[in-house]
Amino acid sequence: MVGTANSFTTGRNRITNPTNHSQKRLQIYHGTNLHFCTTPFDCYFLFAPPATPLPLLPKAVYQRFKEMEVGQLQRSFVEYMASLFREGFLDAQFSQLQQLQDDSNPDFVVEVVSLFFEDSERLLNDLTTALDQPNVDFKQVDAHVHQLKGSSSSVGAQRVKNCCIPFRNCCEEHNTEACLRCLQQIKQEYLLVKSKLQTLFELEQQIVAAGGAIPMVQ
Amino acid sequence: MNIGSGSLVTVPSSAASWKSSDVVSDQFPVGLRVLVVDDDPTCLRILEKMLRNCHYEVTKCNRAEVALSLLRENKNGFDIVISDVHMPDMDGFKLLEHIGLEMDLPVIMMSADDSKDVVMKGVTHGAYDYLIKPVRIEALKNIWQHVVRKKKHEWKDNNFDQSGSVEEGDRQQKPSEDVDYSSSANEGNWKNSKKRKEEEEEAEERDDTSTLKKPRVVWSVELHQQFVQAVHQLGIDKAVPKKILELMNVPGLTRENVASHLQKYRLYLRRLSGVSQHQNGLNSSFIGRPDATFGTISPLNGLDIQAIAAAGQIPAQSLATLQAAALGRSATKSAISVPLVDQRNLFSFENSKLRFPEGQQQLNNSNKQIDLLHGIPTTMEPKQLANLHHPSQSFVGMNMQVNSTSQHNNSVLMRMSQSQPRAQMLNGANNGSQVSRLPLSMQQSLSSEGIPGGVLAQSGIVDNARGSVYNPVSQASSMVDFSVKSKELQSYNFSLGSNSSGISTLTNRGMLQEAMNSDIKGSRGFPSNYDIFNELHQPKSQNWGLQNIGSIFDASHHPSIQGTQGVSSQLLLQQGISSTHNNGQNRNAPIGKPMYSNGEESGHASPMGGPQLNSVGGNMLAVKAERFPEADYRSIIFPEQFGQDDLMSAFLKQQGSVGPVETEFGFDGYTLDNLPV
Repeated sequence: MVGTANSFTTGRNRITNPTNHSQKRLQIYHGTNLHFCTTPFDCYFLFAPPATPLPLLPKAVYQRFKEMEVGQLQRSFVEYMASLFREGFLDAQFSQLQQLQDDSNPDFVVEVVSLFFEDSERLLNDLTTALDQPNVDFKQVDAHVHQLKGSSSSVGAQRVKNCCIPFRNCCEEHNTEACLRCLQQIKQEYLLVKSKLQTLFELEQQIVAAGGAIPMVQ
Repeated sequence: MNIGSGSLVTVPSSAASWKSSDVVSDQFPVGLRVLVVDDDPTCLRILEKMLRNCHYEVTKCNRAEVALSLLRENKNGFDIVISDVHMPDMDGFKLLEHIGLEMDLPVIMMSADDSKDVVMKGVTHGAYDYLIKPVRIEALKNIWQHVVRKKKHEWKDNNFDQSGSVEEGDRQQKPSEDVDYSSSANEGNWKNSKKRKEEEEEAEERDDTSTLKKPRVVWSVELHQQFVQAVHQLGIDKAVPKKILELMNVPGLTRENVASHLQKYRLYLRRLSGVSQHQNGLNSSFIGRPDATFGTISPLNGLDIQAIAAAGQIPAQSLATLQAAALGRSATKSAISVPLVDQRNLFSFENSKLRFPEGQQQLNNSNKQIDLLHGIPTTMEPKQLANLHHPSQSFVGMNMQVNSTSQHNNSVLMRMSQSQPRAQMLNGANNGSQVSRLPLSMQQSLSSEGIPGGVLAQSGIVDNARGSVYNPVSQASSMVDFSVKSKELQSYNFSLGSNSSGISTLTNRGMLQEAMNSDIKGSRGFPSNYDIFNELHQPKSQNWGLQNIGSIFDASHHPSIQGTQGVSSQLLLQQGISSTHNNGQNRNAPIGKPMYSNGEESGHASPMGGPQLNSVGGNMLAVKAERFPEADYRSIIFPEQFGQDDLMSAFLKQQGSVGPVETEFGFDGYTLDNLPV
């Protein structure tokens, strides 16, 4: 019931006390974490030793709690971002985009990535249609793939970009089967990077909601 | 950009203050007005943000048509254009041509496609740079250099009288900027070395380039003639302002006047050879080495220039004089470059008129110019000769370099798509021999007994300040190829066509290509019947300026000239197919075929024995059988031949794309090596 002692990861460790029949329920700050401590001692295990005696958890504690939460979120964010780079979903170009973001364009990266999503989905649809024709127009297919390559490389979606290269070769060979396989692969990679980026953005939003600043990942 | 008359002291083309003086303000390049065209919204947005971060003023549009209308509405509203290559509504290169033609703005191409042939296409079409996506902000930070460079060259052109300090500064800028600018094609290094060498040259001549305003000296025809005579007397290499001044003996003329005039003159010549810059460079280097072999070329070069000039603006008479002068000459170096340069001018009449009013006069007036012309390429480009031996890449570089030196000719349409293929060839797709093949055949076909002038068809690579090495190489290879291939003829026709297209309308590109394609096809089957050219050119429906040239060549086709073996007429035709606009760089017609007939007296061991092209109907340039030391080229010929076939077929395959053909005409790096020096 009680969280691990000395654990400051209040954001993650939500302890909810199922038994609420106790009248004297110490209700710690609701804030973002909800937990009911049945006994005062529960609090001790949840929070840093409060400067003031419980149950009066002052703003300071709450602030700290928030900070911990923000910190936790930020760490998660940084870690997640690093993993995306490590696993090749993103490359240096994405970092460039992040560096371009500034106060005058605080949502630059999100904006660009959204454009990328829109454009890519349109292109993937066009590709599906084009390869579905009885007489495949490989020039057209190649043009689409080329554009996808351009936009994915511009946002730093490395895996998607890398899929475009063999795709173009298949187009040159006029190999419909191979093209379909490439298309399939590209779609997978695209969906993968899309979900990853969306997770990243959500983390960002949480940090901002928690009052924190989005850490710059180099 | 401002193609003003000679009376302009400054270039007040736009509001930005830095443009109107040779002093770059501290604020620059803040506020540079950039137009970005890309159908990819993601890239567009990113570029916009990047450019904003560079403190540029950005306008973005996702359609080429929209971009063009924007540009047309605000003629001076933009300083530079960045365009994607692959766009659904219009090809990026077409847009490039339009902009060059109509607005004469520097255009930077970009694409995710980094294959060399596409990059080469950009170069030959006259793009100021080519960026590979994903574009980094560092690459965009330096785009202002292109604007400055262009402005300065234009300004210099327009101000014959001005001292060359601007140029020097500009030139010094260039190498460093080129080095920094890593995203451009790898000609950057060539450019750097070329530019540095040019700098040294210029620095020598320009003793104290001051920016003080002096009473403006009007370089009248007579004065200029005197000047040219003096330079000729001294030899272009040794023409120092002081000595020129002494020789001229004109009261009231200062050394500074002479110095700046000399600089302009050199640039002019360089520009002339810029179209076939590589050729010039090649020629000069070539000539430099196998002097006996190519010596005769130089007189012809001069003649060629004349021919070109005549075609454009100079009456045949001057051509005749020039020819005579050229004939008299022997074993001068780098003659080829001269004709090339002129040819460019010819092909872009309006531009050349604007740009080289003096030049034309010069051509008309002074036979000695030929010497100068000859001389100039040598001086300018001997250093690049070192590059000759490098494979195609070097050619590209050389061409580039030459081109940059002769950046004056903005509107040279010469640069046609042919240059692209040539460039492509140079870029490693083809043997160097292939590259040179075209120019060679061009030369030969063009230089019918003395077609004066040096119609220098510059194989397409001609790009800014490049290809100084290229010229000689092309010469060499062209010589080799000439005797061998009919296909070359075809390509020659092609280049001729392109030349004319270059001459007439840059916008006829599409037509041109078609015509050229048909021409080439038509000429297939005539192995050594250079009359093909006649036939090929006859159906030319497009009003390619070649007709003009052809007539001029005919006119200048003097028996006396023909008789002289020594006349090496190097005709470098540049096809200005690809890009009609001058990015301030000499975009010379892509197809530059150095044509020169090496007479016996030039020391050629054996005549080329190539078929003779008889100029027909004014469109054909008669090709005189050129004599070449065949033995020397034999070994080269076959490999080249082989390549050429491929090229031809490739070319024919590509409808409407001059590219492959041009590769044929690219200069052969290794051909040069094989050539005896």
